[in-house]
Amino acid sequence: MSADKLDLVQGTLDVMVLRTLAVMGSQHGYGIARRIEQVSGDQVLLNQGTIYASLIRLQQRGWISSAWGTSANNRKAKFYSITKRGRKHLAEETAYWHRLSAVVGRVLAMQVGGAS
Amino acid sequence: MISGVWRVAARVRSAFGRADLDREFDEEVAAHLEHAIDENLARGMTAEDARRDAHIRFGGVLTSKEYYRETRGLPLVEVAAQDLRYAVRTLRRSPGFAVAVTLILALGIGANAAVFDVVNQILLRPLPFARPTQLAWIAPAEGTSGLSSVTYSVDAFEEFRAQTQSFQDVTAYDAFSSPENYRLGGHGEPIPLSAVSVAGNFFQLLGVSPALGRAFAANEARPGGPRAAMLSYPFWQRQFGGDPQIVGQTIDLNGTPTTVVGVLPERFDFGAVFSPASHFDVFVPIIPDDMRDWGNTLSIVGRLKPNATIAQADAEARAIAPDLHFNARRFPTGFGYTARATPLKEHVSGHLRRPLIVLWCAVGFTLLIACVNLANLLIARNGARTKELALRAALGASRGRLVRQLLTESIVLTGSGAVLGLGVATVAVRSLARQAALSLPLMSTVRLDGATFAWTLAIAAIACLAFGLAPALRISSHDVQTALKEIGSGMSAGRRHHRLRASLVVSEVALACILLVGAGLLLESFVRVLDQNLGFRPDNVAAIQMDYDDKGPEQRAVVFEQTVEQIRAIPGVIMAGVTDNLPLERNRSWGLQVKGVHYRPGELPGTIVYMITPGYLETMGVALRQGRLFTWSDGAHTAPVVVINETAAHKLWPNENPIGQIAVVNGQDTRVIGVVSDVRETSFETTGAWQMYLPISQARPTGAFLTIRSTLPLAALASSVRSRLRALNPAQSATQMRPIEASVDRAVSPRRFFLLLVTAFAAFGLVLAALGVYSVISYSVAQRTQEIGIRMAIGASASQVTRGILWQTMRLVLLGEAVGAVAAAALSHLIASMLFETAPTDAAAFAGTVLVLLVAALCAALIPSYRAARVDPKQALHPA
Repeated sequence: MSADKLDLVQGTLDVMVLRTLAVMGSQHGYGIARRIEQVSGDQVLLNQGTIYASLIRLQQRGWISSAWGTSANNRKAKFYSITKRGRKHLAEETAYWHRLSAVVGRVLAMQVGGAS
Repeated sequence: MISGVWRVAARVRSAFGRADLDREFDEEVAAHLEHAIDENLARGMTAEDARRDAHIRFGGVLTSKEYYRETRGLPLVEVAAQDLRYAVRTLRRSPGFAVAVTLILALGIGANAAVFDVVNQILLRPLPFARPTQLAWIAPAEGTSGLSSVTYSVDAFEEFRAQTQSFQDVTAYDAFSSPENYRLGGHGEPIPLSAVSVAGNFFQLLGVSPALGRAFAANEARPGGPRAAMLSYPFWQRQFGGDPQIVGQTIDLNGTPTTVVGVLPERFDFGAVFSPASHFDVFVPIIPDDMRDWGNTLSIVGRLKPNATIAQADAEARAIAPDLHFNARRFPTGFGYTARATPLKEHVSGHLRRPLIVLWCAVGFTLLIACVNLANLLIARNGARTKELALRAALGASRGRLVRQLLTESIVLTGSGAVLGLGVATVAVRSLARQAALSLPLMSTVRLDGATFAWTLAIAAIACLAFGLAPALRISSHDVQTALKEIGSGMSAGRRHHRLRASLVVSEVALACILLVGAGLLLESFVRVLDQNLGFRPDNVAAIQMDYDDKGPEQRAVVFEQTVEQIRAIPGVIMAGVTDNLPLERNRSWGLQVKGVHYRPGELPGTIVYMITPGYLETMGVALRQGRLFTWSDGAHTAPVVVINETAAHKLWPNENPIGQIAVVNGQDTRVIGVVSDVRETSFETTGAWQMYLPISQARPTGAFLTIRSTLPLAALASSVRSRLRALNPAQSATQMRPIEASVDRAVSPRRFFLLLVTAFAAFGLVLAALGVYSVISYSVAQRTQEIGIRMAIGASASQVTRGILWQTMRLVLLGEAVGAVAAAALSHLIASMLFETAPTDAAAFAGTVLVLLVAALCAALIPSYRAARVDPKQALHPA
């Protein structure tokens, strides 16, 4: 693995999982993990195993639901899908992330001695 | 809100349905890996690379499982449950270790719980009365001549009661109420019972309300008024089967019809507070007018006014006392009374504060030793488990998890130890409470209560941390890698462990040393006390209370002479005689002075008086020093005579022969005919009481004890004596015959109680210290097998090796003893007040301790040193 991969900020994995499910519909754990890796252009340092802690957490909050099913290549797997409340939460989180990243971006773009 | 509840519910559920959820997770992980492998294969990897890549990308399966679980369930509950199961499993694999630790803890915690219970009952708890801090004990400053010198007359009591401003009220009881002083008639042969006379306001003042009926009414304290009695709860249960209709019934007390007006509550135990080691069955009102001429009989208890302090009350009592009348009608001047008011609790148990605190500390020390010992054992055990722990760490157990695991083991051990310990404490406390002869106040009420449970829990928790935490933290501070490496070479960590364990053993030895010195000092005092010359020989003497119809001095003498003759005729009886009071029990004092000399009030101490028949002094083995003893011809019509003890003789006639002198006894001229040795009257430790003996035919005795010296066993003697007494007097009641040694035993019982307990704790500490020495030395021998092998290979003899081991032991023990002895010397003055004719720095106690510990430690080191001497160099150097 390359050294310049990004460590995930605490709590961001949950948002990424929610977003992935919102876009892709029902998906199993491996699919979610792969999708996040692909979308990030393999920039995220993800132990795929950690996705399951995130999934159980989201499930406990009622933001996603799960059911056993059969995958495309005919394997038994647990499929997760986002719930209504999950979508609502995702919307809140997305807005929050946009605001936060904008603020962080502005602060980091600040020039020395620059007018504020 | 609702989602929060749902989340918690999900977590709780998952904590219990663990196995299912784990299986599901495993399946999910398997599916995940298969998907990954499928994709890799599709990309053209080899089967092995595909699998490997899938695993790498997934990360540690166990780690994510652990993480998953922590997120999923109630981690603490679940992890704790897991640790608990694991701990129990581990401990079951080494049952010897588990049992040893549990037993040590059970004894340590049990002893602590039991002692705490006693301390709590006697010292910490308030007295079982209403607003107990208001209660005060009012007594003369110093009484050296028995009960009469610590009590007040009826007139003095009444005057005090009238004059006091600090007390709401004062009450009194008859301190001369002795066991089996009453007879209950109407149930076949008279039943002996113990009654105490109390002032009419006694129960009201203490705040004790009857369980049934009422307390005494004013007219019941008047001469010729209705006779009333109250029953103690146990007596009511025992004698009347708890009859709820008992109030209002008439019973026959000493031949007088008496109405039962009330029953006292179950928790009221007069004896436990006011007269340790005795139980009272019946309470009757004091009839002051009948007792006015009886002299000092009353003990006084007062209840302070809400705003009065004990200091004010004390000052007031001191001021009032000198003017109180002994008997206002007969002696118009003050009697020279003194008075001090102290908190009642102080009077009841104040003298036990120091011994109990010492006991408390001793038992705490014992637990400390036990903890040090267990820490030692655990370190050794964890050392042996390094590999297992390192493996678990390598498999992903976090450091915190390992510490938690080790602590859980300690908790399991402490928990079982505490449960077992409570059992030990229950048994100990029960047997203490049953010790009828144990003369400690408030003891009969001892039972395990909430406070004791709380205390047990607290000390168990402390013990658990004390012996569990240090070893657990030690193991976790080890780097796993080093730990794994060390198993190969095994030296440096071993050394480090060893040094820690050696210092633990040193501290154990030091603590045991302190305990042993304490026990040694107490033991020496006890032996010194028993060595005291009592002034009489209690062995082979028994006494029985004798009932007789008193028809005047002449008749009385005839009855007693007949009785004594009959008893002496029993085969095996050597000597017999009658006395009204026995030594070390109830006693009273009268005035004894030289005729023609004028004394200031209070100048002479009271003289303890016994009314006896010929034969009594001979039976008791009281030595005649001068003159003669009584004969049956000293009768009602012959000249009054008295036998006095040496102390009185020396004080009254310092430079003259006392024989033939005329003394004034109770206002009557009496000739001194004999001088006998001093008898320890109130206790073993006090001397110097004045004593005199009067012929039973020339004075009015208040009861009669038949004393018998015989070679017969007590039971055989009792039955033949009782049948003879009954033949002489059909009204003779079924009183107990008891050996005089029982009173001697009771007199030393508090001392023996403390001695036994402290000795037991010291012995426990000694065993633990020896165990510690054993485990450290044998561990060190095991560690050094190779070294010993090499030394033997290059010519060291077995005895040299043994000597080396023993020397190593000696060094540990001597160091511990040095520390312990210094600490003991610094601490021992704290028990000075518990010692008798023994200095707190007594050389014998210290030397004995040092020797005992050394011998015990060397014995403990014998097995490992024997093992070391048998090391076979060949095997030691070529380990299989």
